Amino acid sequence: MGKTNRRYSYPDTGGHFGDFGGRYVSETLMPALIELQRAYEEAAADETFHEEIDYYLKQYAGRPTPLYYARAMTESLGGAKIYLKREDLAHTGAHKINNTIGQGVLCGRMGKDRIIAETGAGQHGVATATVAALLNKECVIYMGEEDTKRQELNVFRMKLLGAEVRPVVSGTKTLKDAMNEAMRDWVTNVRNTFYIIGSVAGPHPYPMMVRDFQSVIGHEAMEQILAAEGKLPDTLVACVGGGSNAMGLFFPFIEESGVRKIGVEAAGHSLESGLHSATITAGSVGVLHGSKTYLLQDEDGQVQGAHSVAAGLDYPGVGPEHSYFQDAGEVDYVSVTDEEALSAFSYLSEVEGIIPALETAHAVAHVRKIAPSMSPEQIIVICLSGRGDKDIHTASSLI
Amino acid sequence: MGRIKEKFRELREKNKAALICYVTAGDPDIDLTEQIIDHLEASGVDMVEIGIPFSDPMADGPVIQAASERALANSTSLSDVLPLVKRIRSRSDIPVILFGYYNPFFSYGTERFARDAREAGADGVLVVDLPPEEAGELSVHVEQEGLDRIFLLAPTSTEERIEMVSQNASGFIYVVSVTGVTGARPDMDYDLEDLVERIKRRSELPVGVGFGVSSARQAAAIASFSDAVIVGSALVRIIESGGEERQEMLGRISSFTEELSAACYR
Repeated sequence: MGKTNRRYSYPDTGGHFGDFGGRYVSETLMPALIELQRAYEEAAADETFHEEIDYYLKQYAGRPTPLYYARAMTESLGGAKIYLKREDLAHTGAHKINNTIGQGVLCGRMGKDRIIAETGAGQHGVATATVAALLNKECVIYMGEEDTKRQELNVFRMKLLGAEVRPVVSGTKTLKDAMNEAMRDWVTNVRNTFYIIGSVAGPHPYPMMVRDFQSVIGHEAMEQILAAEGKLPDTLVACVGGGSNAMGLFFPFIEESGVRKIGVEAAGHSLESGLHSATITAGSVGVLHGSKTYLLQDEDGQVQGAHSVAAGLDYPGVGPEHSYFQDAGEVDYVSVTDEEALSAFSYLSEVEGIIPALETAHAVAHVRKIAPSMSPEQIIVICLSGRGDKDIHTASSLI
Repeated sequence: MGRIKEKFRELREKNKAALICYVTAGDPDIDLTEQIIDHLEASGVDMVEIGIPFSDPMADGPVIQAASERALANSTSLSDVLPLVKRIRSRSDIPVILFGYYNPFFSYGTERFARDAREAGADGVLVVDLPPEEAGELSVHVEQEGLDRIFLLAPTSTEERIEMVSQNASGFIYVVSVTGVTGARPDMDYDLEDLVERIKRRSELPVGVGFGVSSARQAAAIASFSDAVIVGSALVRIIESGGEERQEMLGRISSFTEELSAACYR
């Protein structure tokens, strides 16, 4: 696998990834975004910032997470050799903690005493509430009213961790509206408040910052696969909602053009039904939540509701860097239906004894399609982004 | 001379700050929006801002969010608003500013939008989530068609940003009175006068103040140091409470705006 000499340098100073990204926010927030960008750049150049994050990732979150050779799955599919990057084993049960630790430490450096976040399924909310408890910050989580009902357990977890959960009743009462409400809070309380965005979405510098914090996934995976196999994998597969776990796995490999990267979106009922979250596969370019990116929208530019059995993929936008990767051909984006994801959820549980999150099950479902036709010398790494305990209730009513 | 500039010139002679009122197009339907605008003009409103409804109005408080939802419930879009502007323009010279979030404009096509807006008789464009850094593509077309490019400044804006907006804006500069979303507030404690002065040191353009203005008392205070008083949520609340009693609601709008207009004379 030869290294290419391509140099990837996005985003530019304004936060653009080619035509995507940027800062589409009202003037009130611009100074706050510029302040955040400067603080982040300053921190990123400071060794103690990285040391502090590394300390928490190792001692508190349990990193590095294993890169597990899934022998039974490999044998059952009879093709490529499959490895699972076990983000489900990180503290709070998903990759989300990598980002909240990073932003939490930055919040501490900036001297803000209040943290807010949006959450859909509640995983990012739990990871944020966890870090707020750890760092002793006031914490408010915005969550669509619909989602608070679907994810009662996570609401309780957040409260237990000392956070206030504010149900959002505007719009579709889901993740996108929770993000609108968090932005409104930030505009109003910008002087003392740090907004921890949970994905590689939102205005600059969030997509870059979250990418950097999640890249620990790909850096570890690269080191681990080289140690185990002495070569890079052929294919990386991860699910994409906003796209932070996929970005975390893919980004350290971005200059390795010999490594194929596949992002798996949620096709919901089906792409034809209109009830899906396949933003890149079936959407069009627009502006939402501060950045230009692929969106689900109608012909008037109104953002449409997304659908997926996995609440964490139920978002009508996607991180702008993924939109760039799509147009530049760096990553292949495919989609998997609710039904295929549920089947993969059961499959991995039975075959490997690992219950994946329904989001993660989308990546597993796609690997079931491609692995059999690959050769045993080829290697696939799946980002096993989260554990499925939170989904037991949903899954038990559907399987 | 554009209608916005001409209006400010005319008002300077009368020693009045411009009263600019906001309504969401299609709240509760596009015909009533048209009637409301006629009433606004008849009761002393100097310019109107017509809001294009959007599914995700991130910078708005609950009142305008709800107005947007009502307008979207009857599928009001930019394609309905431009003919509305044309109808208003056929009988009135009141300056019309189109106000909204970027995605509906982007989706319509920026070049096509600018041309159609000019043809309909609109005078200015204000896109809330389009700071000068991202405005290039829309601004080029809007400027080409001779429409004014109105930008926001906020209490959090630095001198650097005031300068940047001054370089890019035309028509007037819109000052957001509070760090927050739109919505009526009983008190506005920020030292707005100082902010308006800082802007005026860098720009020759008129400066208007909005977000949170809900009473004649506040309007008079703002009129004493700015060139325009902008009222949105307080008016939208009257529209919201109207229900089926449309004539009565229109009457209340007239008396509210007459009072505001009187307060704008210095």
